[in-house]
Amino acid sequence: MKNIIGFIRQNFTFLTFLILQIVSLGMLSSYNKTYETFFGGWSNQVTGNINKKYNGWSYYFNLRNTNAQLIAENAALRNQLGQNFSPIDSSKKLGTLVLRKDSLEKTRKFYYYPAKVVGNTFTLQKNYIIIERGSLQGVKKDMAAISPEGSIVGVVVEVNDNYSKIMSLLHRNSKVSAMLKRDKIAGSIEWDGADPSVLILKNISKSAAPKIGDSVLTSPYSSNFPSQLMVGKVTSILKDPSSNYLTLNVKSTTNFFNLEYIYLVENRRMAEQKNVEKNEPKNE
Amino acid sequence: MNNLIKHSARFILFLFIQIIILNEVPPLHQFITPYLYFIFLLWLPFGTKRITLTLLGFITGYTLDLFTNTPGLHAAACSLLGYFRPTILNLLLAQELSEEVNREPSIGSMGWGPYAFYVTSLTFLHHFYLVLLEWLQFGNFGYFLGKIIATTVISVLLIFIVELSMNRRKIKR
Repeated sequence: MKNIIGFIRQNFTFLTFLILQIVSLGMLSSYNKTYETFFGGWSNQVTGNINKKYNGWSYYFNLRNTNAQLIAENAALRNQLGQNFSPIDSSKKLGTLVLRKDSLEKTRKFYYYPAKVVGNTFTLQKNYIIIERGSLQGVKKDMAAISPEGSIVGVVVEVNDNYSKIMSLLHRNSKVSAMLKRDKIAGSIEWDGADPSVLILKNISKSAAPKIGDSVLTSPYSSNFPSQLMVGKVTSILKDPSSNYLTLNVKSTTNFFNLEYIYLVENRRMAEQKNVEKNEPKNE
Repeated sequence: MNNLIKHSARFILFLFIQIIILNEVPPLHQFITPYLYFIFLLWLPFGTKRITLTLLGFITGYTLDLFTNTPGLHAAACSLLGYFRPTILNLLLAQELSEEVNREPSIGSMGWGPYAFYVTSLTFLHHFYLVLLEWLQFGNFGYFLGKIIATTVISVLLIFIVELSMNRRKIKR
């Protein structure tokens, strides 16, 4: 016993160093599960607040861009107003056969929430975006995030009361189902950690004939993203003779360097879809 | 007391420079991410104990981790830097100087050559460990080597720019 205490006293500094290393490596490796539940809550509130203060300051430098974005978006929305479309009046009165029922509410699948970005990284291997909107304002895990121009940004991975964390597309583990606009062949959008403006479209069947400059859109198979959202444009095609699939470099449409506002998309039927995907038929 | 305020001010200043400027600059190249925040640890007085350095390193790294959402990554690298700082200083300096509490490492107190070696070796150690941890998670050897070298060069350059522009020689005496 005396020896042990003596040993600890002699090597106290080194042991502290070892313990600190173990603690930090432990945190690093078990990040997603344990850390999130124990520390994620309060530390996000604190850093979220500081980020918000800083953002309030840096916000002014981007006002010009934000304004231009909002004007473009307003114009696009104005163009969709119902009053702009007036059909040639050929209607007839059909009597009582027509049901007066609002069919819009019943079929709504996606719901949009605006959110302000207060923290954003793009220089690391795992990049996250922090937004000032949380569970009290209706944010849920797995909601999709899109930019005001309608291109995709990421997926919500962590929600606090007033702040949420989005896994950016610039994350090594990010994976979003996407397709080529030309022939609707689907693959998955990933990121290789190299250039923040270039994404990788993997697992495209060789029967596809992509050309440089082709648009890449989100596919209808994704459970959190609406389909037909812009992802980017093909910049180069890598052919690997040993595999049946093509890998494409895609220049992302989203400008991750100056995100100010994003929209969160809630799929009202995601739980059902995920359930169906998860369940295996019994007779297999 | 005066020293405590000075060092806390540096801690906050360099962390903020790291978070607000260096982490926000659009990357010039995939290999280059400048790091400056650990300059606080490099500038602590000569006589600071190894255990204090290790603990301070952990705290510095962890604070940055909270902002970059990488819990443990910078904390591990910084506590390593803190632990090995006295080893490098003992290699370079005479016994009396390395135990002095009122003076801190600078070009004025150490001379160009030893100071450059001190900064470069510790920066390299920090980046080596940081990129190694990233590499273990993702793998790609070319990325590993290129990133260590490029990042170290850029960070050492930055540290010397800060060193020369802050002109700490007056305070030192």
